[in-house]
Amino acid sequence: MGLKSNLHNLKEKYKGKKMAPAFNALHTFLYLPNETTHNGTHIKVADDLKRTMNTVIMALVPCLIFGMFNAGYQHYLALGEIEASSGFLGSTFWTWDNLVVGLWQVLPLVIVSYGVGLAVEFLFAVIKGHEVEEGYLVTGMLVPLIVPVDIPLWMLAVAVVFGVVIGKEVFGGTGMNILNPALTIRAFLFFAYPTWMSGDKVWVHGAVERDQMIAAGENLDAISGETILGAYAQNNSVAYDYWDMFWGIIPGSVGETSKFLIIIGALFLIFTKIGSWRIIVSTLIGALVMGLIFNGVVDMGWIGDSSKFYGLMSVPFWQHLIIGSILFGAVYMATDPVTASQTNKGKWIYGFLIGFISIMIRVFNPAYPEGVFLAILLMNVFAPTIDHYVVQGNVKRRMKRLKVKTA
Amino acid sequence: MSKDIKIKKGLDIKLVGEAEKSVEQAIISNFCTIRPEDFHGVIPKLVAKEGASLKAGEVIFYDKSNEAVQFVSPVSGTVIEVLRGPKRRIDAVKIQADKEQSYKDYGKFNMNSDAETTKAHLLASGCWPFIKQRPYDVIANPEKSPKAIFISGYATAPLAADLDFVLQGKEAQLQAAISALAKLTEGQVHVSVGSNNSPLANMSDATIHKVSGPHPAGNVGTHINKIDPVNKGEVVWTVSAQDLVIIGELLLTGKFNAERIVALAGSSVKKPRYFKTKIGSEVATMVYDNGVDKDGNDRIISGNVLSGKQLKPDGSLGYYDNLISVIPEGDDYEFFGWNKPVFNKISTSRALTFSWLNPKKKYDLNTNTNGEHRAFVTTGTYEQVFPLDIYPMQILKACMYEDLDEMEALGMYEVAPEDFALTEFVCVSKQPHQDIIRKGLDLMLKEIG
Repeated sequence: MGLKSNLHNLKEKYKGKKMAPAFNALHTFLYLPNETTHNGTHIKVADDLKRTMNTVIMALVPCLIFGMFNAGYQHYLALGEIEASSGFLGSTFWTWDNLVVGLWQVLPLVIVSYGVGLAVEFLFAVIKGHEVEEGYLVTGMLVPLIVPVDIPLWMLAVAVVFGVVIGKEVFGGTGMNILNPALTIRAFLFFAYPTWMSGDKVWVHGAVERDQMIAAGENLDAISGETILGAYAQNNSVAYDYWDMFWGIIPGSVGETSKFLIIIGALFLIFTKIGSWRIIVSTLIGALVMGLIFNGVVDMGWIGDSSKFYGLMSVPFWQHLIIGSILFGAVYMATDPVTASQTNKGKWIYGFLIGFISIMIRVFNPAYPEGVFLAILLMNVFAPTIDHYVVQGNVKRRMKRLKVKTA
Repeated sequence: MSKDIKIKKGLDIKLVGEAEKSVEQAIISNFCTIRPEDFHGVIPKLVAKEGASLKAGEVIFYDKSNEAVQFVSPVSGTVIEVLRGPKRRIDAVKIQADKEQSYKDYGKFNMNSDAETTKAHLLASGCWPFIKQRPYDVIANPEKSPKAIFISGYATAPLAADLDFVLQGKEAQLQAAISALAKLTEGQVHVSVGSNNSPLANMSDATIHKVSGPHPAGNVGTHINKIDPVNKGEVVWTVSAQDLVIIGELLLTGKFNAERIVALAGSSVKKPRYFKTKIGSEVATMVYDNGVDKDGNDRIISGNVLSGKQLKPDGSLGYYDNLISVIPEGDDYEFFGWNKPVFNKISTSRALTFSWLNPKKKYDLNTNTNGEHRAFVTTGTYEQVFPLDIYPMQILKACMYEDLDEMEALGMYEVAPEDFALTEFVCVSKQPHQDIIRKGLDLMLKEIG
């Protein structure tokens, strides 16, 4: 009672002042506000935007926790200090040592992402006098999961500022943006600091550092943290079996490796009706279709094994779903309701093209063998166009009705 | 041709406090108030000045922009007060009722009269305001003839008065009104019923449709969209079933009898039940007598909880309403209300909200918004509860940025604010959909006419 009435009095005191949005953001975090309906419906559903965003975060938490263990696991495995884990519940994976490395490396990413991002959000809210909106709660969680574990924190901070300001606030904040803010942040990192975002050294904690030590003349073995896609792109053989890929005990961005946990998150999002199953399913269909086309090209013998695309093209089509980040992108990125298509029909087209183009870029982009984030950003741009044509279908039906009448 | 209408998209909001099917005579309220704001877009020109004494059915005011449309007194009595707002706008006309009610006699109407005579009779006797039109959801323009007339005999809104119950025994009046209205359209009179037991199920001069499905299956807007949607340049009329009774009685007896059976419902009402009362009656006598706690923190609504109007305790029954809903106010904070599991509120998602577990449960909802107003974010939620062949979010946005061409193309002529009540209810961003649509319609009316 005490806290509630004190906060209420503070809210009244701040009303109309510049800092009101900042205070309200904290207040509404603790308490559902006492606002009542006025005109229109006198009752409302239980859901609000905070609850919606919170549901997505809940779906992401398993990926984050797994990512922490995996960061330590990949580190020690590369150093040769532990045996490879056999399967998801392997004895060398869920260890305290692995978690400590993960906490040490991943938590700062989370803190920087949220700290910097929310600071920008608060700043804009106070300057523009609107409420702090919840969109960043999800973005802030996504960002640490889609970057390499060793990304320097200052780079992340710069990218977050860029992503939130240019990706979202310039359009007017949550709900108005064209591009997915988390992917804008990733795109910024990718193009500004490519050496930290791709290659075979960035995916395992300590690999870059070790390289620098070797360069300085120390007598050490280099750590290879080549991803599966990297191996395919070089036409090398892949050192992991399908189950490793499915469980996620492979190198990669922090949170996107475990297909198993992503599928669980997807089921949760679909069950809670927060994530669009249409987008998730159609993205996967699109990816499979493109994979099949490439398999067909290889089967027809149109391309020889000397081609630099041979490795990725000959990946069996279904395997495209368990390598790289297509699954993570389909479930958590493509489904962002603001930047996706808004009509149900449009969602099918939008998702299909994301999957289709993702695999296309993945195969044809030897410099950086992954294309999911580029494909999603591209389709973000086209989503309004897709919607436009879907809605025109409805408009035409209406016009036709009128013509039949007057004819 | 009769057509069964079955809708799947929608949502039945089940609330505690449905009215029990017994009719009480409301303690006759001495005051009757007519509020011009009930008639959207009407600028009243007062005829009965303060102090004038009126019979029931005598003109109080008429519409300045269309003088033929007259508004009559539901009771006989004396005009005791004309409340005015800014710029001398008339807010309300308050009438003190006589102990002994007397009626102006409009004479028994010859049911074989032609369309023009029928129309003139309805206009003169003050029955015209019961006829509304689409586009724009305003009182029908008597100069334009409608392509069809729609009447819904099935109420699906939360806590709605059961029309089968309140229309019982009124078949003669209903038939008279429908026969008269049928003359005013070249098309058909479409009557929608929920079951064959409806008093409206056997009307002649009309096409009877059977509707089923969740709310808004009973909304007349849904029927129009499924049976004969409004195109540009066309007009349809709608009349609520209860008002047919008043029209019918006037035609049969010459008396404007504004009596109406009204449901008093909602979780704050001790004994929810039906009352016989009159249009414009003060609600206090009904609400507080064996009903609502006098010091309670409740909201009194004339109409249903989705599109009704909030009343002050001294308010009066709206001109078109047959329901008074009373629900608790929700002006309190809830600790971590945005993330803890919710069992006692309705939700269409399953985001730690558990109303999906028990679809038959009745809920006691209050007026809390359950969250703050935000920009549109989520998609696909409106479509689940919106059965019309219209893109709800797109048309709302078109109204917000006032693009008349787009509003027209997306189907603005077909909609009324109440069609967007459910999308507003489920809106995660807590946008005022009905208000947005109303403003959009007003803009179109002003710019296109």
